[in-house]
Amino acid sequence: MTTTTTPPSDRVDRVDVSAKPRRVRSGSVIGSTGLYLATGIAALLFLIPFYLIVRNALMTDPEITGEEWKWFPTDIQWGNVSEPFDDPSVDFARSLWNSAVVGVLHTVGTLLFCSLAGYGLARIPYQHANKVFYMVLGTLMVPTAVTFVPSFVLVSSLGWIDTYRGLIIPGLFSGFTCFLFRQYFLGFPKELEEAARVDGLGYMGAYWRVVVPNSLNFFAAMATITFISGWNSFLWPLVIGQDPSAWTVQVALSNYTTGQTVNFHLIFMATAISILPLVFVFLFLQRWLVQGIAQTGIKG
Amino acid sequence: MSTITKDGVSSPAPAKASPAKPRRGLRGSPTFNFWLFTGPFLIGLAIFVYLPILWSLYLSFFEARFTVTPSEFVGLDNYVTMLTDEEFIRSLVTFTIFAVFIVPLTWGTSLGLALMVNRLRFMRAFFRSVFFLPTAVSYVAASLVWKMSIFSGVRFGMLNTFLSLFGIDNTAWLASPDPPWYWLVILTVRLWLQAGFYMILFIAALQNIPQELYEAASIDGAKPGWQTFWHITLPQLRATSTAVILLLLVAAYQAFDEFFNLLNKTTWGRPPLVELYYKALGDSQDYGAGSAGALILTVLICLVTLLQGKFMGFGRGEESK
Repeated sequence: MTTTTTPPSDRVDRVDVSAKPRRVRSGSVIGSTGLYLATGIAALLFLIPFYLIVRNALMTDPEITGEEWKWFPTDIQWGNVSEPFDDPSVDFARSLWNSAVVGVLHTVGTLLFCSLAGYGLARIPYQHANKVFYMVLGTLMVPTAVTFVPSFVLVSSLGWIDTYRGLIIPGLFSGFTCFLFRQYFLGFPKELEEAARVDGLGYMGAYWRVVVPNSLNFFAAMATITFISGWNSFLWPLVIGQDPSAWTVQVALSNYTTGQTVNFHLIFMATAISILPLVFVFLFLQRWLVQGIAQTGIKG
Repeated sequence: MSTITKDGVSSPAPAKASPAKPRRGLRGSPTFNFWLFTGPFLIGLAIFVYLPILWSLYLSFFEARFTVTPSEFVGLDNYVTMLTDEEFIRSLVTFTIFAVFIVPLTWGTSLGLALMVNRLRFMRAFFRSVFFLPTAVSYVAASLVWKMSIFSGVRFGMLNTFLSLFGIDNTAWLASPDPPWYWLVILTVRLWLQAGFYMILFIAALQNIPQELYEAASIDGAKPGWQTFWHITLPQLRATSTAVILLLLVAAYQAFDEFFNLLNKTTWGRPPLVELYYKALGDSQDYGAGSAGALILTVLICLVTLLQGKFMGFGRGEESK
């Protein structure tokens, strides 16, 4: 699979969203200026929250809460960067580490289980495959509200409260991710696998040696999405992480809002640090991410 | 074959005989392989999804406070309790208001952004990234910014500072249910976080519309702009729109993070998931009633989804492909 901007022409659903518009427009200068103006204003509105995080993170509290609104800090407070780590009330470094461990293992596990299952459902001829598929699909309709209390009870009776196991394992079996993999594999060129089978590989062999290496783009996209949702998830870590040593960064952040004293620059610096890894992941992997979302089969 | 790597991971030894035909025996049989591929996932699904659902169903018929091994069967009592519980009913109303606003709002905004970005000739990737970037931010972090900076109810809050330029007094955005300004906070935070994701789906769908349709329309005299949008673009986006609305509804049902973080100490504006969180894991630890509430919620979701499918023809678009 290619990572250049040329969309592969052999597959209709391979959409390259970064391609130039196909329509040649003779639109007026006024129309085009208006379009850019509107897009620009919308973009500014979308960027304001990011600006506020950085602004507040690098200001002193008196500047943030002062009478007069300041767009920029008078003196950039680089010293603020270390403050969340020095704060004794929340072990911020530990929470970042927890999130990193949970995020990575969550991603690896989810991809392993869901891609295998998705492939099995899409490609292996088994007479009851559809029934199994509907069982998986059915779980998408069940809200978190139904499962989180009994799941909590289950996990606590296993003794997994405050452990990585408890934080990670119950979340690995995502019906939605499995569904997305199945949709993707349905569109995977059959010829490649058939060639591998002719060469004498079994289903597993063909999967690991031919299907996976040729689907790395999609795997990368799903890895990004899964990592983001793992890093950002809140309800389950809140329920499982009862001891502060098991808090993820989201639970730690949430704790700042309910704390006694409000330390603005510290809170916003912590928020900025919690977002930074994802913004990097996002900007570097964006092409894969966008193509992956466009390929998931949720489209017209 | 160039794509074959030398050290494949745990692949079964290739059978030597009759390579072209489906192999006989356990390793070659599709049934065995089907379960080999799906088995681990299905076992996990059974333990961590199906078992909790069944457990929930079981608990909902029992008196179960502070315990999950209940003995007293109470029939439908828990359901009656929940359906007459003012707070639970209020949470359902809260959800309904939320969905009624957030679904069309996100649908319109993401479609609007997609149409704008798709028409740009320069800097498309830049603007697409700007609108997509909030997807990387967690609800917790965004709620912090909304609560403590933009909609901070004090003088130095961003919006209050801005409004004071026009002589408008400070507004305590989250402090009271009357007037219900908190809805503005709740709706904008989610809109900001999710619009970019759905914009990507719409951009992909827009690029899939055959160009010939627009050419044919212009030959027939349709004016570009509103007419082609109404008669070509919108109908062509039907399948995507339906999927987007369904995903938005499901996501709205799961609303927890922003409500929990923005309205933590308040009793108003609690959607069902927050309500059940407090009911089941709060002081009373009422697992029985909590489970009953969760199941009432599930039935409602299924009903809404089925109704939506009936009215909007979910799946029809896929068949026509």
